[in-house]
Amino acid sequence: MIEFEHVAKHYPDGTVAVRDFSLTVPSHRCVVLLGSSGSGKTTLLRMVNRMVDPTGGRVLIDDADVRDSDPVALRRSIGYVLQSGGLLPHRTVADNVATVPLLTGATRRAARSRALELLGRVGLDESLAQRYPAQLSGGQQQRVGVARALAADPNILLMDEPFGAVDPLVRRELQDELLRLQSDLGKTILFVTHDVDEAFRLGDEVIVLRPQAEIAQRGTSVEILAQPADDFVRGFIGADRGRRSLRLATSGGRQVAVDLEGHAVGILE
Amino acid sequence: MTWLTGNWPQVLELLVGHLVLTVPAVGLSVLLALPLGRLAWRLPRVGGPLLAAATLLYAVPALPLLIVIPVLIGTPLRSSATMIAALTVYGVALLVRSVVDGFGAVDRGVRDAAVAVGHSPTGMLWRVDLPLALPVILAGVRVVTVSTVGLVTIGALIGVPSLGSLLTDGFQRGIVAEVVTGVVVTVALALILDAALVLAGKALTPWAARRARGPVVVSR
Repeated sequence: MIEFEHVAKHYPDGTVAVRDFSLTVPSHRCVVLLGSSGSGKTTLLRMVNRMVDPTGGRVLIDDADVRDSDPVALRRSIGYVLQSGGLLPHRTVADNVATVPLLTGATRRAARSRALELLGRVGLDESLAQRYPAQLSGGQQQRVGVARALAADPNILLMDEPFGAVDPLVRRELQDELLRLQSDLGKTILFVTHDVDEAFRLGDEVIVLRPQAEIAQRGTSVEILAQPADDFVRGFIGADRGRRSLRLATSGGRQVAVDLEGHAVGILE
Repeated sequence: MTWLTGNWPQVLELLVGHLVLTVPAVGLSVLLALPLGRLAWRLPRVGGPLLAAATLLYAVPALPLLIVIPVLIGTPLRSSATMIAALTVYGVALLVRSVVDGFGAVDRGVRDAAVAVGHSPTGMLWRVDLPLALPVILAGVRVVTVSTVGLVTIGALIGVPSLGSLLTDGFQRGIVAEVVTGVVVTVALALILDAALVLAGKALTPWAARRARGPVVVSR
């Protein structure tokens, strides 16, 4: 369980990244912070593994203030996936996946077999183990990033727009993979994105953020779609542009769901 | 050629002497420039003046330096130790900047990610910064090595034997072949050491080579 208690982040130059944010992320759930750039969502995420220390309030993991833990040990105990992979370019795929086990003193042999097991888990062939990150596609690199985050079997996964840099088709596949992994593993996931569809697909709960990490609305995707809290949320999720309003049209004896702009989005079974 | 046929044992001996001066000087330069460069990179306030001082140091002419060093560190004037110390001063002066540039060239996103997954400060130095800075640092080491091979010849002026002795001796006695031999062997030595460093660099940075010629997978 991750708790944010009235956290704030003010920078010396007067910028306020986070004004006053409180949230509980329950264990084994996936909570998505949804906001555009400048909403402070990445700052919030980085407070959990102490890449950023709040200037006010506190962050608790299982009731312990993260400020009391050693940052290096804390980071090793938390899985972290970033946009564009964040892999070490000079290490092979296997060594990248085994980063944390190697740092915590696992034998090379044990770390390597763990890495191979994880590559399989995220849907990558073992033959890629000896390649370097630059020899992989963007989607493959992201999978390696996920495998690396899982290597120390952490309870918590922090995901910072992990699928933002890949094309929509691959993004969809990676999202499916994450949902499958999550149903197997049941990690506590804090996921940051500006992509509404991604947030609605992945989040057990979605937190819509205004600038300075003010919560505009929180709830399940169904709740947010059914009852947007205000015009800001309505605008952000696209409800005001007709993209989320569907009507049925009949074609060839089948009922087709069409949005208000007339674009087909699906078939009614 | 006839001169060389008759004198090659002497040339070989001077070549060894040349190496015995060059290798320790370059090695010491690297050992000193790494921590200094790391410091200058981490603390830009120290780094600015440090790099300025290094530039000034490099501008000190060689002969005065060879006289000042025995006074400062107590080595005999006509000794290998004095020569190596002077060469190290020039080597460090050149190399510190390469080290700073090398660390500066490490991608910030990669560093940030490495910290975020749990590298300690020491782990960052050995596992991330140093290997990624290596190509730039190595380029600096190559320059220092070639320049040191050239500078070693000056030692002949204070009587420290090296390939430079062929130049001083050849000039004094008017033996052109001896001077030419000195120049050619010195240049050849510089080229060979440089090539060795290039090979060492390739062995130490396998990821860079594979990126260039390895197969890039286009599909997922």
